[in-house]
Amino acid sequence: MDEFNAYLIGVGGQGIGLLSEILIRAADHAGLRVKGVDTHGLAQRGGTVISHLRMGDRVSSPMVPRGKADLVVALEQNEALRGVNTALGRGGVLVYYDTVWQPLGVRLGKTEPVEEEQIRELCQRKGLRLYKVHAPELSEPRMQNIVVLATVSKHGLIPNVLDLHYRRAMEDLLTGEMLTKNMALFDLKSGGN
Amino acid sequence: MKQMGEMLLRRESFEEIVMGNTALVRAMVASGTRVVSSYPGSPTPEIATAIKTIPDDSRPFYFEFSTNEKVAMEVAYGAAINGHLSTVFFKSVGLNVASDTFVQLNLMNIIGGMVVVLGDDPGANSSQNEQDNRHFARMAYTPVLEPANPSEVYRYYKAAALLSQKHHMPIILRMTTHVCHAKEKVAFDALPDLVFDDAPKFDVRNGPYIPITSLVFPKKRRALANLAAVEAGAEGSSLNRVVDHGNDSRGIITMGLPFLSLMDVLETATKKPDILKLGFVHPIPRKLVLDFLTRHGSVKILEELDDILESDVKKIAYDAGLKTRILGKGDVEAWVGEYTYDKVYDILAGTWPDLLPARGEVDQGVAVPDRPAQMCPGCGHRSAFYAIKKALEKNDITVADIGCHTLGFLPPYEMGQLLMCMGASPGLGAGLSLFNDSRKVVAFMGDSTFFHAGLPGIINAVFNNHNITLILMENGTTAMTGHQETPATGKNVNGVTEAIPVKGVLEGLGIRFIYEVDTYQQEKLTGLVKQAMDDDGFSVVIARHPCMLKFTREQRRKKGYQGKRVAIDQKVCDQNHECLASFGCPSFTRKQDGSVEINADLCIGDGSCIQTCPTSAISPYKP
Repeated sequence: MDEFNAYLIGVGGQGIGLLSEILIRAADHAGLRVKGVDTHGLAQRGGTVISHLRMGDRVSSPMVPRGKADLVVALEQNEALRGVNTALGRGGVLVYYDTVWQPLGVRLGKTEPVEEEQIRELCQRKGLRLYKVHAPELSEPRMQNIVVLATVSKHGLIPNVLDLHYRRAMEDLLTGEMLTKNMALFDLKSGGN
Repeated sequence: MKQMGEMLLRRESFEEIVMGNTALVRAMVASGTRVVSSYPGSPTPEIATAIKTIPDDSRPFYFEFSTNEKVAMEVAYGAAINGHLSTVFFKSVGLNVASDTFVQLNLMNIIGGMVVVLGDDPGANSSQNEQDNRHFARMAYTPVLEPANPSEVYRYYKAAALLSQKHHMPIILRMTTHVCHAKEKVAFDALPDLVFDDAPKFDVRNGPYIPITSLVFPKKRRALANLAAVEAGAEGSSLNRVVDHGNDSRGIITMGLPFLSLMDVLETATKKPDILKLGFVHPIPRKLVLDFLTRHGSVKILEELDDILESDVKKIAYDAGLKTRILGKGDVEAWVGEYTYDKVYDILAGTWPDLLPARGEVDQGVAVPDRPAQMCPGCGHRSAFYAIKKALEKNDITVADIGCHTLGFLPPYEMGQLLMCMGASPGLGAGLSLFNDSRKVVAFMGDSTFFHAGLPGIINAVFNNHNITLILMENGTTAMTGHQETPATGKNVNGVTEAIPVKGVLEGLGIRFIYEVDTYQQEKLTGLVKQAMDDDGFSVVIARHPCMLKFTREQRRKKGYQGKRVAIDQKVCDQNHECLASFGCPSFTRKQDGSVEINADLCIGDGSCIQTCPTSAISPYKP
């Protein structure tokens, strides 16, 4: 593989760190050359957080250039739009979890909220494939990232990275009840075994 | 699950995906580093996180978070002149704090070796400036190695340690934010057999270690000779490399992360320039650079932040009388921001218009509301700002300090109208209070900052009787950098220690007006702040509440944890929006019809909002 870029975006506290760590390790298990970088520090306090993930033999920097992502994974509606604006050019895929963590300006009544319709329109205009993910039955919102992961796996959204690679990555990172719960959810949502 | 601590100590060679900050710790272990000190600050705290994955009883070195960067520097230096290889690490602006000690180190015979790891922050991702610490290195005659990725972090630290041990001088390892945090698979060598001789080796005959008057000159000559020796060694070092594209008309000299961006950008270049990528960035290897310049018609200096490399290269070219065209920074923008792919693309397209294909129009997409960082649900600082604002007149002046409470400057609070650096708020406030009878001055400070650099400003306020009010936002941790202990915690990274009570210290300083309150008692806090502002002289209000992010995380780990939240009774709610517009917890959601809902994913059920609702529409949620 020459180059495949994934751009993960969400709000601090949504568990994007674990998601990116699973993806980078899964890509490694699939035998891809991979690098990435996460947002750390102050932005984690309720701000936009981003993880870059780059695969392929031609990649040098860990950061995805503007408009050069092949896949945007977003954990929130506003961030889905932001991710598409920043990272996707024409073509590519957007996966987003359908929840809203209202930004400050909207809560204060000073900024207009974004509409779900805008995401659909923008995706159409840019020729993007769109996967909207939602699992209202989850008891623990911090597991929404696993539902998104399952979607990435189920539809084979990262070339060469397979179901078993995601599983191995989760086994690298989690243990005990955390592993059991997350794996069960992954199985359920990815349609795996 | 993979155990990081076990891996960091594994005797055999292995490969693992790690961030730069983690790769550094394996390099410390491999180099026989014996003493490590730090003060937390982004982008470096994950170095400590990696260290802490190693069980205390098997960690091969001593580690501490010191009270500030200067003390950390002194601890590392003290250990090194006793014969231990030591390392100190902290963020970019930490070197300002540590500089008084740091600038002297080159004069000293550091027998054990000492590596200073700096987390510089081009792009000001989490800092109050983008200072280029190579300036400090120059001033202090201290060599700098700069890695570009985690694999190089591992290699370069080991090289820095050897160099420091060889020349008995400090060596800087300069890591920028996206080198610290970059992740990739790193190949780690097997650990060498290390035997530590811990006998204290401090001996004045290795010195003198007293730099005064004429004793300074021979030391300065030694420092400069050391620097020249490092440069001579750098000439043949594999840490510098040439990427030869067989281009004799164009070359680029670069370093660090910009090199990686450059490699990506050149994928689309018509005819790739040759590249000299420097690992030794101060002093630069003169002969190597001269040779590269000689072989090319024009050479671009691709350098993030300031024009230090450019000046060095131009000096070399001038002295040699070269005709090579040297292309440095063009406009002001070349001094600003991180050299990402996009930045480098634009710079190179400006330098050589025929080099890269034109980039198409970018679809700007649709406008998305900004999402600035903000205080967490339940944060005690939110209750504090909400309450304190009620005590202030519109014209009063509020001074922020470094920490999570800095976020109070955002609406709806807009508290903390100016910010400088760690511990600056009492001093700034004192200055603002002079010739000023009409606008009261209130300064804020967190508890870790109090111990770090807050005390001199506080003592000054007592000593010179400044009429200001200081609000100590005591949350029991160093929250913003990842919940490190403070001297008031009763614990340090190594175990239990004597807690130093903030209030006891203030009392010991003889401050007459000291008040304390839990910030969730909002009305009481408002009253106390009013009282404190009316007091004649320096007054302190300790506004206390534990960090709720830390607390909630700890709760979640407990067995049988049940999440809590509040609910809004829509029949009672009259949509006055006090909760949204004044209290401003992110758990509230404004609906299109003006009603307010609770975001159950965010709310932690702390209930600090309940008292803020004029119609009492908020109550604990009962399933």
